[in-house]
Amino acid sequence: MILAILSGFIIAAMIPFLSKLVKGKGAILMPFLPLLLFVYFLGYLPQISNGDTVDLIYQWVPSIGINLAFHLDGLSLLFALMITGIGALVFFYTVSYLKGHVYLDRFYGYLSMFMASMLGLVLSDNIITLFIFWELTSISSFFLIGFNNEDPKSRKSALLALSITGMGGLFLLVGMILLGAVGGSYSFQELLSQRSLILEHSSYGWIIGLLFLGAFTKSAQFPFHFWLPGAMKAPTPVSTYLHSATMVKAGIYLLARFTPLLGSTPWWNTTLIIVGAVTMVYAALHSVLRIDMKGILAYSTIAALGILVFLIGLGTEEALLAASVFILVHALYKATLFLVTGIVDHETGTRDVTALGGLRKVMMPVAIAAGLAALANAGTPPFLGFIGKDLIYEATLHFGDWAYVLTTAAILTNICLLCAGLLAGFKPFAGSLPARFEKAHLPHPTMWVPPLILAGLGLLFGLFPGLIDQTLIQPVYSSMSGNAVQQHIQLWHGFNLILGLSVLTLTLGVVLYLQLKPSERLFGTTLKFEWLSPQSIAALLGRLFTKFAGLWTGFFQNGYLRNYVITILAFLTILLGLRLYQGVSLVIDASKLTELTIYEVIVVIIMFVSIIFTVFSRSRLVAVASLGVIGYSICLIFLFYSAPDLAMTQFSIDTLTVILFVLVIYNLPRYNTFSSKSIRLRDGVLSIFFGTLIAVLTLEVLSEPLNRETSIFYAESSYLLAKGKNVVNVILVDFRGFDTMVEITVLVIAAIGVFSLLKLRLKSIEKE
Amino acid sequence: MKSIIFKSASTYLLPLLVLFSVFILLRGHYLPGGGFVGGLIASIAFVIHSFANGLETTKSLIKFHPGFLMPIGLSIALLSGMVPLLIGESFMTGLWFDEPLPVIGMIGTALFFDTGVYLVVIGVTLTIIFTISETI
Repeated sequence: MILAILSGFIIAAMIPFLSKLVKGKGAILMPFLPLLLFVYFLGYLPQISNGDTVDLIYQWVPSIGINLAFHLDGLSLLFALMITGIGALVFFYTVSYLKGHVYLDRFYGYLSMFMASMLGLVLSDNIITLFIFWELTSISSFFLIGFNNEDPKSRKSALLALSITGMGGLFLLVGMILLGAVGGSYSFQELLSQRSLILEHSSYGWIIGLLFLGAFTKSAQFPFHFWLPGAMKAPTPVSTYLHSATMVKAGIYLLARFTPLLGSTPWWNTTLIIVGAVTMVYAALHSVLRIDMKGILAYSTIAALGILVFLIGLGTEEALLAASVFILVHALYKATLFLVTGIVDHETGTRDVTALGGLRKVMMPVAIAAGLAALANAGTPPFLGFIGKDLIYEATLHFGDWAYVLTTAAILTNICLLCAGLLAGFKPFAGSLPARFEKAHLPHPTMWVPPLILAGLGLLFGLFPGLIDQTLIQPVYSSMSGNAVQQHIQLWHGFNLILGLSVLTLTLGVVLYLQLKPSERLFGTTLKFEWLSPQSIAALLGRLFTKFAGLWTGFFQNGYLRNYVITILAFLTILLGLRLYQGVSLVIDASKLTELTIYEVIVVIIMFVSIIFTVFSRSRLVAVASLGVIGYSICLIFLFYSAPDLAMTQFSIDTLTVILFVLVIYNLPRYNTFSSKSIRLRDGVLSIFFGTLIAVLTLEVLSEPLNRETSIFYAESSYLLAKGKNVVNVILVDFRGFDTMVEITVLVIAAIGVFSLLKLRLKSIEKE
Repeated sequence: MKSIIFKSASTYLLPLLVLFSVFILLRGHYLPGGGFVGGLIASIAFVIHSFANGLETTKSLIKFHPGFLMPIGLSIALLSGMVPLLIGESFMTGLWFDEPLPVIGMIGTALFFDTGVYLVVIGVTLTIIFTISETI
């Protein structure tokens, strides 16, 4: 299974080498990857239908409990099938949609990467690996939204989506770590047995709060929804695949997955109901006011996600069952509508519903697919959408005191969604064909067959709900609730209140569609309230933050080395001084100090003279040379106290520093004193304070009882364990070899930095 | 610098200092020394040479850009750390041959690691100094 999950990453890594093939004739090969995976996961269906689950564990970082652990149950299988199935169709669709695009290879690379991350996300049993895959989906989504990288709007949308989902991801990480700390394991299956402990723990509120933030940002819930309409800047296959069928459902998946562990508490349910309800009503109202087909679909997707959150929040048996069905329903019809939109855009060059019409005359199969999807979306019998909607009403009606409010909200949402579905799926194909679209024609079959398949499935599953009931929906339900289901999904329930509500929705929705004339003006009215929307508030916050960052950076990072040094020294001096003043009683035990020898006195005198030369010299060369003398004197002191390694290194470093200085000095203007006397005085005082503090600190450390355990260990074992007699060297290359490895890497990075800074600057100067 | 004495001295100093740096590198495991100091001494040797004879002469003497020593050194250090993985020990376990070789002494992964450090230090130092002196 691990190969199946990671195959997308492997293909993505190979893409750069297969670039020519993928862009040319080989493009048609790409869709077989998701197709094979789809068949592979379909093979698990009988096993899962029997109520079994599949578990696999690969050790990764066992020392901190992070393993590549995969768990396949009903919920994961549903998502895995959607990811690979819709993936395969989208891959096929892309072959024609982006035919001959210069970055087609990249596109497939990103798309494969996304598919693999998404599979990893829904199959992970370890909550930390789940987070890693979660972030990978955000990153691949970033690349795909910004795919038209020459369009500044695209880039901006990509960045917005990444910052929102990425921010949510960080919250999720904290939540997961907290959960792991409380439950004592990162494995979801093991956490399940700790449920009562976690629910009673004082951190429970934090855990679900952070989890919610992650899920809401990813699944575009109010008030974080605004990145999703922006993400529609991506090519249509991406919108279909990521922003309606799979990635945005990752948040839903997360909530569904954690329902048996963290759910069924008042906090959990109430939050989800409120957020879900607000999102679905808000987005549904917005969706009917848009005129761009993709905009309509984007908002109706947000509304659908709201419905799902709302259903998971209700948490009753009917609601969870409704959610299981609705995940599938929505994926099928929304993907169809997106693909259809892509075709319309591709063939006519516009997505404006006010301009489009009569396209059925030129592209009948597309019109059929769109019509089927619109009907499924409307929830007319005998589509699967009808079953889904019935289940939703059943869930809200049976929800105690709030049944009326919740049902009204659900009806309102469904009316608007129905209208939006008709706008996107029916209107462009109905009526008379405007003259300017007469040249439009049916695209290549790889484009119109996928939406037809998806729409057809919606009808098929509606006619024969038995196909998916036992096999897929029941296992999904049981992985969400932990119990077996009592109820079976069916098309016909008899004449009852729910049927009445369905009819009411249908009638009102159609009436709304007939009455509503989408226009620029209506859309313009919504824009007047734009300043109130979360997006504008977020943008305002963003601007304030940038401004603050600018001021902050301008103050501290002003580019003058002297200011950096002063800031660091002053800060340290104040901090250390405060600490010494407050708590530490200074005891300097003179008796412990060794006696001065004549050599030391001489060295100190040399240093003193050099300092005076350095500070007061009128020539840079003298100052630098004196600085070198100070360095060499320190080497001598190291030698006196038997640290030859240190002395040798210090000696070489000092030599090189002086050489470097000398190299630079020739290039500087004539020596001049720029700083005023008072500034020089200030610097002097600060230096003296700092030096004194460090000296006092060193003496203070000496008077502390010394813990020699470490040094004794090194001294004793350096020959026994590492066969070396020079302890310093043994520590460097053996005991702490890993540190050295990283240090030399840092050195290399620094050298590359110097090289590129100077060379690149030189090149740009040469150009001028 | 146009000093004949310095110039002629540097010609002899270069091989001597490089030899000395290798000596420092090899003795590092038992006596003061090691890859880091050795690398610095070797760099100083080249820098002195470039001072006396001009940067171009030194560069043509080395034949390739000293920057290439950095990846080579890093790889040697990394590979020496990976050798123990082959016999199932964990990363960077020190492995040694039982018998010392003449002149070089004991051979072990740590020595190769130190050689990697030595090369990286030469590469880094010379890259920085050469780049700066070329640019100004």
